[in-house]
Amino acid sequence: MFSRKKPSWLEQLVDRGFIRVTAVLASVVSLTVFGIFFTVGFQAIFQGDVSSLLPWNQDSIWQGIAAWNDEETFGVRWGAIPHFGLGFLANSSWNPVRNDYGALTPIYGTLMTSALALLLAVPLGVGTAIFLTEDFLPQKLRATIGFMVELLAAIPSVVLGLWAVAMLNSFLAVALPLHNYLGWLPFFATEPSGPNLAMASLILVVMLLPIITAISRDSLNQVPLELRQGAYAIGATRWTTIFQVLIPAAISGIVGGTMLALGRALGETMAVTMIIGNSMNLSASWFSPSSTIASLLANQFGEADDIQVSALYYAALVLIILTVLVNICAQIIVKRLALKYD
Amino acid sequence: MTSSPHSLSASRLHYNPYALRNVWNRAMNLLAGLFAFIAVLPLIVVILYVLYKGGGAITPAIFTELPPAPGLSEPMGMGNAIIGTIMVTGVAALVAIPIGVGGGIYLAEVAKKGWFAQSIRVGVNVLAGVPSIICGLFIYALVVNTRILWGESFSAMAGSFALAVLMLPTIVKTTDEGLKLVPQELRMGALGIGASRFTTITRVVLPAATSPIATGVVLGIARAAGETAPLIFTALFSPFWPDWLSGLGLLAPTATMSVQIYNFGIMPFAPQVELAWAASFILVVMILAANLLARWLARFSSL
Amino acid sequence: MTSPIAADPIISCDNVTISYGTFAAVRNVFLDIPKHQVTAFIGPSGCGKSTVLRCFNRMNDLIDSFSMTGRVLFQGQDLYAPMVDPVEVRRHVGMVFQKPNPFPKTIYENIAFGARINGFKGNMDDLVESSLRRAAVWDECKDKLQESGLSLSGGQQQRLCIARAIAVEPEVILMDEPCSALDPISTLKVEETLHQLKQHFTIIIVTHNMQQAVRVSDMTAFYNAVEVEGSDGKVGYLAEYNQTKEIFNNPQSKDTEEYVTGRFG
Repeated sequence: MFSRKKPSWLEQLVDRGFIRVTAVLASVVSLTVFGIFFTVGFQAIFQGDVSSLLPWNQDSIWQGIAAWNDEETFGVRWGAIPHFGLGFLANSSWNPVRNDYGALTPIYGTLMTSALALLLAVPLGVGTAIFLTEDFLPQKLRATIGFMVELLAAIPSVVLGLWAVAMLNSFLAVALPLHNYLGWLPFFATEPSGPNLAMASLILVVMLLPIITAISRDSLNQVPLELRQGAYAIGATRWTTIFQVLIPAAISGIVGGTMLALGRALGETMAVTMIIGNSMNLSASWFSPSSTIASLLANQFGEADDIQVSALYYAALVLIILTVLVNICAQIIVKRLALKYD
Repeated sequence: MTSSPHSLSASRLHYNPYALRNVWNRAMNLLAGLFAFIAVLPLIVVILYVLYKGGGAITPAIFTELPPAPGLSEPMGMGNAIIGTIMVTGVAALVAIPIGVGGGIYLAEVAKKGWFAQSIRVGVNVLAGVPSIICGLFIYALVVNTRILWGESFSAMAGSFALAVLMLPTIVKTTDEGLKLVPQELRMGALGIGASRFTTITRVVLPAATSPIATGVVLGIARAAGETAPLIFTALFSPFWPDWLSGLGLLAPTATMSVQIYNFGIMPFAPQVELAWAASFILVVMILAANLLARWLARFSSL
Repeated sequence: MTSPIAADPIISCDNVTISYGTFAAVRNVFLDIPKHQVTAFIGPSGCGKSTVLRCFNRMNDLIDSFSMTGRVLFQGQDLYAPMVDPVEVRRHVGMVFQKPNPFPKTIYENIAFGARINGFKGNMDDLVESSLRRAAVWDECKDKLQESGLSLSGGQQQRLCIARAIAVEPEVILMDEPCSALDPISTLKVEETLHQLKQHFTIIIVTHNMQQAVRVSDMTAFYNAVEVEGSDGKVGYLAEYNQTKEIFNNPQSKDTEEYVTGRFG
């Protein structure tokens, strides 16, 4: 017979230590998230660097706060949030000379490029997903197309940006007639002559397509075969089945994928920066150069100092809050809409 | 039989090409096909563009020389950027893999429920949604601006940290999900013969889930290798070879292929633009190779 | 092989052989289904009874590797003729599946959906009520017509699916083991509805349960499977087809007798 030997103290120590270590490693994730909010928030409120939080540092913030009422000693160097308040969000001027900063232009650019991109990418992506889940083509060919669309997601955004720069002239040639005939619409009011918001939206479409297609395809594939059979058995055509049964059953995944794509579009940086023109002038026209929060950061952060850095961090904070809100909404919507099959 | 009231007139079952529903169906078939074509088209065009413009620029010198000064056309190389990308991505993986796999083990094996695990799950989702440029700003504020790394500001190491932040949620998620695929019986079996949790997890559960975890890690690294936004304010750029004397090159700013594409791609000089395409070519080939590798790894899954 | 029962068959199989890829599932079936009667398909697993059933409304079209030779005649028309529209076929030949599969819609919409796409112009409320009544599930769901069909119990869901099928007013209803996922009480209720329904519809039911075949059917077709020479697969065939009481009391073949007395299968 075996006599089960009691685990030695060393084994027990290793076992418990291992569990602790994994817990610590896991908490790094939460710490990082907290750290991101904290540092970005800090830099938006104060100028200077985060090490001034340490009380023993030379120019510690605590000393500044302690010397709050003493005008002689140097006080806290406040950053963008105390300076500009919520007016930052509604101010369209970005003037490093007068140190007057507002993020309305990039906020508008961020929302507009994302909305335009979604408007095109959702029907295209869901349509592709349907095409890949129906039996139009042999299974092998469909799998290949699906893999190709997924590969599109793997192409770095900076490469897509470089490609977009190369394609700019062809785009302008196509866009010019739009301006000539539909120029009375405010969206087409300016003559397309260089990098612009419309081109940035189109390159976002290319980046969002694989996300929406992949997630929609997965959720369509998860709809039980019985539902499709049930619809066919009462004489539904292919597209009646798709629109009335399959899409409603897969809607939580499709909406979730769309929200994820929206989050991605809001924060997409490189490709947009390379093609949007980085203009801080507010314009309703899709053919004029514009900027997004992310492109503003990529474009100006390197050369900014003092209050401008803080203003950029304020804009970054707005971007984080936007994307986190979108992601939270996505999860709530997915939970709400999720159907229960046993 | 044809006189029976139940008998059908011959055409009733026939396909009527002019019936509204059939016209609609054909139109939608066409539309779906068109959409799929449009979705695949950019991939094909981008790949062809990169192959054509970048492939032509690939010479042995690309790997061994430095880029030319603006306005000159000699030498034509980007060896520093290739080394830089490997260095920055490699260190990022070294940082992110242990943390990510450890965190994933915690979520899947140790604490499946409870507020702490739940808050970490939320954290993973939030982190996955944080735009990549924010990772750059975060590390800038934390590492570059404070000169916390031996007094250095911009450095390859800072770039690695930013990329590690980016990889972390992917690795945690794939580990968590990969471990969940391992059948419960396997754990029961190991624990049942008196193995400790440490032994069970490291000797039985992890090996069983190697394939899905490795797949996710490879894809995470490939994605990070192409990232630019987290690097432009951390690893910055450099027209020179890595300074091996400062922390094996890790404590100095470094060139990377992705930042090179951004910096050179919008320059008005032809040699620089050509180098941007060459860097795109190498990056895209690397990433396609990583994707094929990931698919190949996924084949070994025993789950 | 078959008895000449139906002078006016609603469906007949004329030397039907069905294959998936290169593998024949069932071969050389000759069969006449009488109108306004319940016909049961019985037999051991893998003998092709569901496969034959799914030919009657071209449900097999959903399977890529499916191929068929021979003819399936519905009221004298070949269902597999090149010009035939499978959608049109399914509007005449409805189906109820093994697992209840209500749509993720309200109970009301589950019924109204099929009627609407079939161009129903009358009073939808009346149609919903009468369909649910005929499927004997009205009392259980009249107060929650606007709730999801998935909120019903399994047996109620299956009767909802029957109601959904009859709302389209097909001539034939195919039932593929409709009670195999249900408890005995629900099964009994479904069986009761079958007796009502056969006044208006022709019903073909696949069942593993021989008592059920005896209880509900007028005609019974017994399918069997034989080993294919030179491979490890089996191929199904129609072994015996007759009035249900003949099949169970006076089977012609030894296999049938052994099967209905429970000695194999």
